This record gives sequence, C-alpha cells and structure tokens, in this order.
Amino acid sequence: MADPVATGRADLFGDDTRAPGKAPGSVAREQLPLPAFEPSAFEPVHRTELQRGPTRPSLSYWQDAWRRLRKNKQALASLAIVVALLAFTLFGPLLWRVDPNAPALTRISKGPSLRVSVRVLPDLPPFEEEVVAGVPPTPNADGASLSAPERLDWIGEPTIQAVRMRWTAVPGAAGYLIYRSQDAPKGGYLGLPVGTIDGGNVVSFEDSFNLEDRAYYYSVVAKNVSESKQVITRRVNLPAGISLADAQGLQPGSKPGDTLRFPLRPFGTDSLGRDLLARLMAGARVSLYIGFCAPLFSLIIGVLIGGISGYLGGKVDQWLMRITDFVIALPFLLFMILFKIALGAGPGQSGVSAMLIALVLLSWTSTARLTRGQVLQLRESEFVQAARLLGAQPLYLLLRHLLPNTLGVILVSFTFAIPGAIFTEAFLSFIGMGVAPPTPSWGSMCNDGVQTFLTHPHELLFPALFISIAVLAFNLLGDGLRDALDPKMRSFE
Amino acid sequence: MLTYTLKRLGTGLLTVYFIATATFFAMHMVPGDPLTGNKAMRAEIRKNLEHKYGLDKPVLVQYGVFLGNMLKGDFGISFTQQNRLVNDIIKDHFPVSAVLGVLALVVAAGGGILFGSLTAIFRGKLYDRSVMFLVILAISVPGFVFAALAQYLATRANGLAGRTLLPVGGWGTLRHMLLPALVLGLGTMAYVTRLMRSSLLEIVNQDYIRTAKAKGLPARRIFFSHQLRNAILPVVTILGPAIAGITTGGFVVETVFVIPGLGRYFVQAVQQLDYTVIMGLTVFYGAFLVFMVLVVDIVYGLIDPRISVTQARS
Repeated sequence: MADPVATGRADLFGDDTRAPGKAPGSVAREQLPLPAFEPSAFEPVHRTELQRGPTRPSLSYWQDAWRRLRKNKQALASLAIVVALLAFTLFGPLLWRVDPNAPALTRISKGPSLRVSVRVLPDLPPFEEEVVAGVPPTPNADGASLSAPERLDWIGEPTIQAVRMRWTAVPGAAGYLIYRSQDAPKGGYLGLPVGTIDGGNVVSFEDSFNLEDRAYYYSVVAKNVSESKQVITRRVNLPAGISLADAQGLQPGSKPGDTLRFPLRPFGTDSLGRDLLARLMAGARVSLYIGFCAPLFSLIIGVLIGGISGYLGGKVDQWLMRITDFVIALPFLLFMILFKIALGAGPGQSGVSAMLIALVLLSWTSTARLTRGQVLQLRESEFVQAARLLGAQPLYLLLRHLLPNTLGVILVSFTFAIPGAIFTEAFLSFIGMGVAPPTPSWGSMCNDGVQTFLTHPHELLFPALFISIAVLAFNLLGDGLRDALDPKMRSFE
Repeated sequence: MLTYTLKRLGTGLLTVYFIATATFFAMHMVPGDPLTGNKAMRAEIRKNLEHKYGLDKPVLVQYGVFLGNMLKGDFGISFTQQNRLVNDIIKDHFPVSAVLGVLALVVAAGGGILFGSLTAIFRGKLYDRSVMFLVILAISVPGFVFAALAQYLATRANGLAGRTLLPVGGWGTLRHMLLPALVLGLGTMAYVTRLMRSSLLEIVNQDYIRTAKAKGLPARRIFFSHQLRNAILPVVTILGPAIAGITTGGFVVETVFVIPGLGRYFVQAVQQLDYTVIMGLTVFYGAFLVFMVLVVDIVYGLIDPRISVTQARS
C-alpha cells in the first residue's frame, strides 16, 4: 500500500495540523521497506506552492464562449456592425441635428449628393407658340411615311423651370408628338409622351412638367392619321436651379443669378424633401427598439412559462403547453395586424407600443417550448438531483441551476428572434399597418420609397440596405453565438 | 394511425374554434365598426343598418350567431363590397393565392434541393461559399425589396427587348406568375438550401454510405439513391411551416405585383373593419394552415418508416 501515491497524499496534507502518527496509511508505511527518498521530500510544502493550481487558467462557461466567439471573425464583425448601428441611432441625432419630419418642397426626391449650392433662375417670359406660314395643314392619310423634322433647337436656355423647343415643319404633317425620356431611346420606345400638337404648322413646344436636374432626351415625331416612323431626338442636360419665387420664399431678397446655399443632404431627400439621413437615424430607433424589446419581453414570458411548465410537469404542463399550441396555430400576420389595430393607435400615436405588445403576445411560444425542453432534460440530471438532495427549494433550483444552464440556448434563440422582429415591423409598415406617419421607421421608409423606386431608387435603397445589414449582422452574430455557446448544436461544416 | 389522425383532426377543430373566438373578440376590441365609413349617415339609417346586420345585439349574442353560422359554413355578407358573399370572395380569390403559393413552393423546394445538393457536392469550393453567402443574403433582405428589385429588373429587360417578356403586374398567364412566384419562394428556397446542405453532409459520414462505397457503387448511384433520398426527409418537415410563411408572405407579393389574391382582401378588410370578411378569411386561413400541418405530419410518417407518428407524438 505504501506506494509513492500514498506519500504524495501525505505531502498534500503536509501543512495539516494533524499529528503525523495519526495520518492514514502511517501504519502500513512502517511495515514495508521504503524506497530511498531525499530528505527534502519530507519537508512541508508552502501554502503558495499549493495554490499554484493547474498550469492553464480555468475558464468559466462564459469566458470560454467569449474566447470562441473572439476567434470567429464573421461574428465579431457582426457584433461591430450591431454596435455601430446602435451608436448611429443613439448618438447620430445628437451630431446630425436635422428634423427628420421637416419637409422641404423645393428639394423633393434629390439623390445623394454633396452639392449644396444652386443658381437662382430668372422668371421666364410667357411662352408663345411659333406658327410657320409656309406649311399648310394638309390632311395626309398615310402618316407612317412622313419624314422627321430636319432640325430640333432649344428656345433660350433649357432650365428645370421649362424646356422650350422649336423644330422645322414637316410637309404633310397634321400635328406633332413630343416625347421625353431619361435614357437614350431604344427599340422604338421614346419615353413619356409630354405633348401633342394639333396643326402641322405649329412648330414649338414648352415642357415644364416635373423637370429635374438631369439629362433628358426629347423626341419629336410628326403625325397625321398615324404616327410617323421617323423621329428626331436631342439630348439636353439640365443644370440644378431654383425658381425665383421658391428662392425668395427660402431667402427673401434673392435675385436671379445668385447662388443659394442649401443645407447638406448626404443621403438625399425623400418625396417630401425630408432629409433621408435624419430619417434613417430616427427610423432605426423604431426598428431596433422593436427588434430588441419584442424578443426580450417574449423571452421573459417564454422562459417563465416554459420553466414552470417543464419543472412542475403534470397537469400544469399539459395546460400550459395546450395554450402554447393554440397560440402557435394562430395565423401570425393576420393576428399581428388584428392585435395591432385592436390595441389601438389613436390619433397622434405612432403605434409603436401597440405593435410591440402584439408581437410579444404572439411570439413568446417558441422560447417557452425551447425552455421547457431544456428544463425537462436538466431536471433529471445528476447535479440537479444532488442539489435537491441537499434540500434546495424548487424556486432556488429553477433560478440557480435550471435557467442558467439553459441560458446559452435561449440567448442564441434571442439573437435569431431579433431579425424576425425587425422583419415583422418592416413588413407591417410596408403594407401600411405599422407606425403612423410621419414617424419614420425603416419599413415605412421602404414603403414610401417603393412608390418612386423607378425614378428615384435611393429612397428605397437606403432603408432597404439598413434593414438588410442589420438583419444580416444579427443572423451572423446568432450563428457565431450558437457555435460559441453550444458546440453540440453547431451546424455541420 | 387512424386514431392518431382522428385525434389530430379533433385538436385541429378545437384550434380552429380557438382562432375564430380570438379573432372575434380581438376584432370587436377595435374602436369603430364597419358602418363608420367615409360617408356620414343619419341616425335612423344607421339604426336600421345596425338592425339589419345584427350589430345592435350584445356582442355575446353576435358571437353565438356567428358560431352557429360558421358551423353551417356560412360566413355572411361583406359589409363593404356590395352584398358580396364572403364565401364567394374566398371562392374567387383563394385559387389565385393557392396557385401562386404552389408555384412558390415548387420554386423553393426545387431550387433549394438543387442548390443544396450542389453546395454539398462542391463543399468548401468557391461555388459552395458563394452560394452560402447568397443564402445568408436572401434570408436577410426583406421580401418586398426583392419584389421591387425584380420589378425593376424585369422593366429594364422588357425595355431592352423592346417588348414585354415578363409582365411586372397583373395576373392571368403563366408569364404573369413567374416573377411573383420566384420572389415569394426565394426566402424559403434559401432556407431549404441550407437545410439540404447540412443534412447531405451529415449523411456522407453514415455507415451505409461507406458500405455502398465499399461495394464499389459508382458515385452517382450512391448520391442519387442513397444520399439524396435520405437527405430530403428533413426538408419535408419544414414544408408545413413553409406553407404558412408563403401564405403570409403572399400579402406583400400580391400587393406589389397587383395580384387579385386573398391577402389583399384581408388587408383591405382589416382597414375597413369589414367584420364578416375578417372573420371568414381568418377562420379559412387558420383551418387551411392547421390542415396543411396535419397533412405534412402524416406524409412524413408515411415516407419515413423509422418515425412512427402514433408513438412519437402521444
């Protein structure tokens, strides 16, 4: 029995106050021949040496998870994006002091640009039609064979106030059609028909319909009974400008030829001229608020119900799970819409809290099921039985042992619930059942943007980009957290 | 098996009843009623109308009447659409939503299985990585953005071709259906791709695959008759939830692509508080979803003999 292990154990108790003679195994040691030991082997060890512990520092569960998460570059980048988005919405409005709801009717749907000054345009003289005497309006049944006007000229300087043009008359024409396109005409498509002229001798036109500072292609086609196949097209690039009346409204005393400075709009403006950057910041508050709070409250309710159900079992479990099953069976979006309206967004309310409550009421079920499953599993494990044996009360057991051990899985499901909540908010706002205008949210901004998407894509692009980036970050962060917290659940790679 | 099905049907009916009740009371919690429209009406006209529609009775009596009518399969007349029967609305517009949903499901399942298999075969290669990145992207971009993008691209393509290759709105021919079905199925397709990939990779390490290899079966034969058949099973389980997701996702796609499906009617009905239409459509959707989930569960039990639904679920 007196092997080195036994002496080792004696070493361990070396600084014990017990007398050496009473140490266990001391009897056996006297009976057997001892191997030769250095005298130093029998000196008591010092307390400092004892406390040295294992060579590697021991890590708690959370430290280990953090270590693993830190190795995952994707997850770290996502975490950085989440933090950046939070900073964007919390501190952004402090730095960028622009009212997100202030309309500016002189700067509607401007694309993102850094240019801040425009020229004040002089008032235009009234437009007078030009009529040529030489070409009589002769009826000609075959319009398709008419030639195109030989020349197309601008009258005066084309500005965003009006584009005035004249062309050479076409013999045999009974009138003209004027088309405007934002791209070079292709495949017979000439663009938006902006004017119809009756009379082959009327050879001028003024277009002042919704002009913006960009390039346009004007096409003039002669017509009789039918349209001619020949067409003359000319490109014009309209410089940025502002009409005198608008300029004087903004800055009294403006004169034609002045340059007017506008406040900077780095992300452009929406269809009411509101600053997109300020709206994105304000909208992030609604979207992220719902995105965080709805899963958080559903988590609390779900963990309570699932924990109680799993721990108590029996009748309580059956009833709670039946309720859960029913709530799961509710058609989610239908009830989301119904509850949201039932909980009310009265006049003057944004409807954010109604949406939050509706979302929580409908989405606690998955956490409840998850927690119940985990608690059921853990309830029978040895350490819980040991705790019970030591006299732990049910509540203590639940809070001290069962829930902390399910926390990893729950945290992962929380991270994955955030994109869902953001999507739901965006979706509801998109179909016009979310936040009430003028409160911005990313979803409602998408809804506004989609109306003008074909002409001003930036109004949809930016909010959609922010939603996508936020959701992407939370998804990747969730992936990383799952791998870090629960390597068993790791997706197969 | 029969007892199990009957039991599930019973629970399903109970669920539908619960959905109907919850909808009824949630709806009556909303301030206002369907008669409070855009036109102001005289008090006596209003009284007559309330009497005609039974709105002057206490809510509980209305609830009883509603339940009685529901049992007879009668959801009543729409308040806002000129005496149209709710049953007619469902009959006229559900087929549209259903066709769209089935097409989207075909896109989702077909595309998902195809791309998932390819990523598993080319695992770790550039193709695999780029597809998995696209999958994450497809999960992260809201459906309405895809819808708008698809419309934009289709418009450009039509402009370049000089004629309408793919219409960007409306309903009718197969060409009208392609774009909406693709957009609607995209999210689910990404999900199926992911699932298919991981389930295929799990199966590669199974003993029976090693046996098949040891027997000297050609790789193609192993893939198609051993790996693929077994890997498809988990995909079937998510079809139930996928049907629910596609049905609700249909709201957006139907709005954006101007498709006369049920989703649009529901949104409209909620906005106008059209009691009968809301009730009818919710109960109908609820019953449909409960039924589909049941069908998927039973089918799953049938195709995978390892799983005995009767025991697993009791």
